[in-house]
Amino acid sequence: MTLAAPAPGVDLDADAARPKPDTVGVREGGWFVRVVILAVVVFWLIPVVGVLVTSFRPEANVDSSGWWTVFAHPFRAGEWTLDNYSQALDAQGFENALLNSMAVAIPATTIPITIAAFAAYAFSWMHFPGRDALFVLVVGLLVVPLQMALIPILRLYVGGGQLWGVHVFPDLNLNGTFLGVWLAHAAFGLPLAVYLLRTFIGSLPSSIIESAKIDGADDFTIFWRLVIPLSVPALAAFAIFQFLWVWNDLLVAYVFLGGTQENRVITIALANLVGSRGENWHLLTSAAFLSMILPLIVFFSLQRYFVRGLTAGSVKG
Amino acid sequence: MTEVVETPSASEDEGLAERPADEPVPRAPWWKILVAFAILVAAYFTLQIAFDFLRDEDANRFLIAAVAIVIGVAGVFALFWAMNQIVDWLPSRLRENVRPYVFIGPALVLLSVFLVYPVINTIVLSFKDARSKDFVGFENYEFVFTDESMLRSIRNTALWIIVVPAVAVTVGLVFATLADRLRRGEAVAKSMIFMPMAISFVGAAVTFRLIYSYRPEGFGTNIGLLNGIWGGLGNEPVPWLSETPWNNFFLMVIMIWIQTGFAMVVLSAAIKAIPVELIEAARIDGASELQVFFKVIVPSIAPTIVVVTTYMVINALKVFDIVFVMGNAQSNETEVIAERMINWFFIANHDGRAAAIAVVLFLAVIPVMIWNVRQFREQEQTR
Repeated sequence: MTLAAPAPGVDLDADAARPKPDTVGVREGGWFVRVVILAVVVFWLIPVVGVLVTSFRPEANVDSSGWWTVFAHPFRAGEWTLDNYSQALDAQGFENALLNSMAVAIPATTIPITIAAFAAYAFSWMHFPGRDALFVLVVGLLVVPLQMALIPILRLYVGGGQLWGVHVFPDLNLNGTFLGVWLAHAAFGLPLAVYLLRTFIGSLPSSIIESAKIDGADDFTIFWRLVIPLSVPALAAFAIFQFLWVWNDLLVAYVFLGGTQENRVITIALANLVGSRGENWHLLTSAAFLSMILPLIVFFSLQRYFVRGLTAGSVKG
Repeated sequence: MTEVVETPSASEDEGLAERPADEPVPRAPWWKILVAFAILVAAYFTLQIAFDFLRDEDANRFLIAAVAIVIGVAGVFALFWAMNQIVDWLPSRLRENVRPYVFIGPALVLLSVFLVYPVINTIVLSFKDARSKDFVGFENYEFVFTDESMLRSIRNTALWIIVVPAVAVTVGLVFATLADRLRRGEAVAKSMIFMPMAISFVGAAVTFRLIYSYRPEGFGTNIGLLNGIWGGLGNEPVPWLSETPWNNFFLMVIMIWIQTGFAMVVLSAAIKAIPVELIEAARIDGASELQVFFKVIVPSIAPTIVVVTTYMVINALKVFDIVFVMGNAQSNETEVIAERMINWFFIANHDGRAAAIAVVLFLAVIPVMIWNVRQFREQEQTR
């Protein structure tokens, strides 16, 4: 079930993939290896620890001493507080922003997956003229960077599209709406999704699909009852990649949803906070951590799928 | 959809008995078509109401989010289902000729509107003036390659695409090789390095702003870690983010912090796939550990290194969020190409120049991307 990772069996917990040092093969590292590894890990963790510690300290303390000083007397009364979080959630509107991020990210994940899965099935198992050429065209769109599409799409959203004076794209006033962001994210994720799902769906044994056809199942039924359940690993990998991509995205949300208090997603709210209150570290750190919670949960609970999705996503344009 | 295949047991024999396979599939019953049309009509009105609701600023945000999620998730599937029902209603001769286009249609429409058309449009706009009224020839491109700030952004982007992949891949490779020799804790160590991959560029930027934080004399204690260490060594605090040209490298550290984990995980998998006999043979022949690394491990995983590196080059080419969030790029001289594009589009409102910058970026990405996809496909085939 390797989807499309550049290397086979990419797993963080791949310890079992090969006999460990004490049997054969790799020579076990001594203290030098352990020290280097530990040093790098500590170095990598410090930034996050700094944010986490700061976010739980009272404003006055945050402002008057570095976060590392807390380790000198971690259990002194008044060292820790949850006020920063309630302030960020209520006063700074981060509760809204979290809800908006959900409302953007969940449909922006399911829409491209559904559309891409149907297309991938057609590209793999249905026959129609121009099939291969269309597939190459779709995959070719991987090379288009997001920036290339921003200006024209925003114009379509704001004023509709005209071709030789005829309205070919209606003025839907999509700018600043969820639908506008969903469609943009869906389209930007489609080439990769079609490519990956076609690789997977196309490699399902043809005997299964042929026999279902002989039994009288039509394509829609085969797709929904047979292909989708069999493709869950590939769908999950892409879903996680796309969800995190959308959740962590700043550019698309900034351009199409804007920074108003009602509409903004969490990344925009955080970026705005940096601009307006860049020295209020008790707020910035708690807000930053709020934005990280969900992706970190996804990361630690679905690591295996996560790695597959990311490596597969490494060709996204 | 026929009665025979309503259940998941579609492939069981009862279906065969009722209808030989070579007979044309019968038309769907009339009531199903009615239902399909009714759903389309109902969907249209529901969507109208729903979108009005979503625009209502006074409504409860929880409800809005819930409605948005339900529409977004259920809507697409309903669309496909309804279209499929309508195809069933066509004469049987046409039916199977039309159906593939129902399956790929939505994808093609989305891609044409959101990617194909924009590419053409952006190229056209790049030859027009600020408000896209008149053609100005190559003026915008002249601007891109002569403006001081633009040239700096190109120089900085060039630095990004060299430094970030080089450092991230090197650290990732060394870490993967060393972690492979741990008796215990390899998985934990690797997830710690990999974890920043889940964090947004904006979140990471805030994280590192805390590290680089600087307050001039008389404006309070320096609470940034870097100035804490620097001051502890007896130095005056330094405004790291406005120290040109070094501030560029301080920003690159953020991307390296995020992306090293990716390089490490992919390279680690490649290292584990090297046959043990190969490494053992080299050792028996008297190769030192360093020689094993450079003469056996690195050559064996060279294709993976190339894929990871190209991926990072593309990401570095398009870096935007980090620079955008970290403060005034122009006065700090940390501009990059993608950040300039948004600057000219949104803040300076010069669509022509923004489009020209986007085209330059596009032209820079194409060769790397083609190379990347080709390598990726080769790797897939050899597995």
